[in-house]
Amino acid sequence: MYNIFKIAARNLLRYKRRTLLTSILITLGVVAVLLFVSVSGSFKSLMVGQITDSMLGHLQVHRKGYIASIDSLPLNRNLQGKQVAKVKEVLDASPEVEAYSMRIKLGAMFSNYNETTNIRINAVNPKQEQQASPMLTGRILQGEKEGLLDKGEILVPELIAKGMKVKVGDTIVLVATNKDGLVNGQPFVVRGILESISGPGGRDGYIHLSDAKTLLRIDKPEVSEIAIRLKEMDTLPDVLANLKEALGGILNKQGKPVFEVHSWEKLSPFSKIAAMIDLMTLFIKIMLVAIVLVSIMNVMIMSVYERIHEIGTIAAIGTSPSKILALFLTEGLLLGILGTLIGLVISLLAIAGMNVSSISFDFGRQKDLLLAPVISTTDVLLVVGIVIAVAVIGSLQPAWKASRMNPITALRHV
Amino acid sequence: MTIVAARQLTKEYVAGDITVPAIRGVDFSIEAGSFVSFVGPSGSGKSTLLNMIGCLDPPTSGSLEVVGKDVAGLRSSESARFRGEHIGFIFQDFNLIPVLTVFENIEYPLIMVQNWPVRKRRQQVERLLEAVGMQDQANKYPGQISGGQKQRVAVARALVTNAKLVLADEPTANLDRDTANRIISLMKTMRDEFDTTFIFSTHDPKVVKNAEIVFALEDGLLQTESNGQGGSHV
Repeated sequence: MYNIFKIAARNLLRYKRRTLLTSILITLGVVAVLLFVSVSGSFKSLMVGQITDSMLGHLQVHRKGYIASIDSLPLNRNLQGKQVAKVKEVLDASPEVEAYSMRIKLGAMFSNYNETTNIRINAVNPKQEQQASPMLTGRILQGEKEGLLDKGEILVPELIAKGMKVKVGDTIVLVATNKDGLVNGQPFVVRGILESISGPGGRDGYIHLSDAKTLLRIDKPEVSEIAIRLKEMDTLPDVLANLKEALGGILNKQGKPVFEVHSWEKLSPFSKIAAMIDLMTLFIKIMLVAIVLVSIMNVMIMSVYERIHEIGTIAAIGTSPSKILALFLTEGLLLGILGTLIGLVISLLAIAGMNVSSISFDFGRQKDLLLAPVISTTDVLLVVGIVIAVAVIGSLQPAWKASRMNPITALRHV
Repeated sequence: MTIVAARQLTKEYVAGDITVPAIRGVDFSIEAGSFVSFVGPSGSGKSTLLNMIGCLDPPTSGSLEVVGKDVAGLRSSESARFRGEHIGFIFQDFNLIPVLTVFENIEYPLIMVQNWPVRKRRQQVERLLEAVGMQDQANKYPGQISGGQKQRVAVARALVTNAKLVLADEPTANLDRDTANRIISLMKTMRDEFDTTFIFSTHDPKVVKNAEIVFALEDGLLQTESNGQGGSHV
């Protein structure tokens, strides 16, 4: 085998320029794919991380029908005491669940005593919310971050704060209508200004759960949604299936399911962007395959054509067709390995360079998001594996042709 | 011992509706250790006959035994194996592998065809290098040596597997007269040293005189001019 590699390597060196050009082509393909995968992957994970870690959580449990009418934040579709207890029981028994947060979501009028506007409010238990949405605290642009908020305080989204000209420490009034149609108002001190982010809930204000109960005159334990954070995101499909199995079978008096469970992907439009990124990555990989296939096939066909006489010689002196096949396949393999290794080194250096350069970008209303491209070992191995496999596949037809060549015909070739 | 025996050996090539007879039912036998030449003008069938003896081209009809084996019906993979085990080839254009050194070219059949162990392989290649007087050029590439030296290397490569039969198709055609004579002398010496049968084709009458047995071919038919022992016209 060593000798086959030696002869193949020397044959590649024999046509230095052609080998170099083919390797460059493969290298460019590998670099393009690895950079795209790393940059798009980091963008995707950054956005997904923001969405799940600062508002949505990985999963959410609602009362059946809540998501369908979420635009009106219907209080009459809140989960009630026993239902909440049941969900808690299931979640507490799930080892994959890191934390969960009970929320009451409501629409209210926000008044600074001069002007009034609409606001969507998440009423939360601060401790639970910080565990379920660990990046929420980081979104506080102004004001005290420690403890998130206390009773009587509100975190105001930056757009409303700017529009209504409210600052940290100001007093505002929230006016809300409860599910019985009763209107109630309550003053709050602005605890902090909250950065807006893309996605649902990215421009919501936050108040304490007990304040929401007072404002809405709720005297029983009830919540609109339960946001769940998992220890490992990879377990999401399994946990989702388990939750659906555990809660899906619970029916109300009309025989209809009580709960609905959704992953973040179903709740955020960003999942569509993420899916598009995945699709683009797939197309880029297909392009890489095409580049490698065409360039390797081209160079190997040329190589076989130029060495017909030589193939005739080695066949005449008794080299078996399988060894001739192996010789040419090895040439393709070595070309693939060469181009891939160079591409891999360049890509890793470029990724490291981008990380050192701290490149930032804007997405929607979010400014200066830090691009931190990373590439997983799995992705690297996948790309390397694909390129090398395609290089061998691309050599197959020319190598097969060489191995099946009639020695007489080959020896007569000029 | 007979090393090549042909009976009513025929080779025809078919091109569309036309059948061209290249060898027309020839009979001959060659004894082991002979130094034989097939002579004749271009198109007489010398190369075709050598190709059939070398199991590169199957006969259309007739029987052909080489090294005691009926080779007329061998499949291509069997032919390749048979050639690798029993036959050495010397080509008009030397046909050395340009990316391998002189040493590696001679070593090639022992690695890619017969799979000899390293130490035995090295000893054999060194023996052949010495026999053809190319020890000093062992590390040079074919592009760095002369035509005569290339053909010496080709002779060594043909003999390195201890082949019982060496076939040389116009081995001196690309060499000057002196070098051609030296190569023929070398082949003769190798025949004596390694007890190998040499069969070569040529159309050069001055080279022919070195052969011990000469088979003259014309239009695919065989005539004999024996100027030594070991060959016969059947």
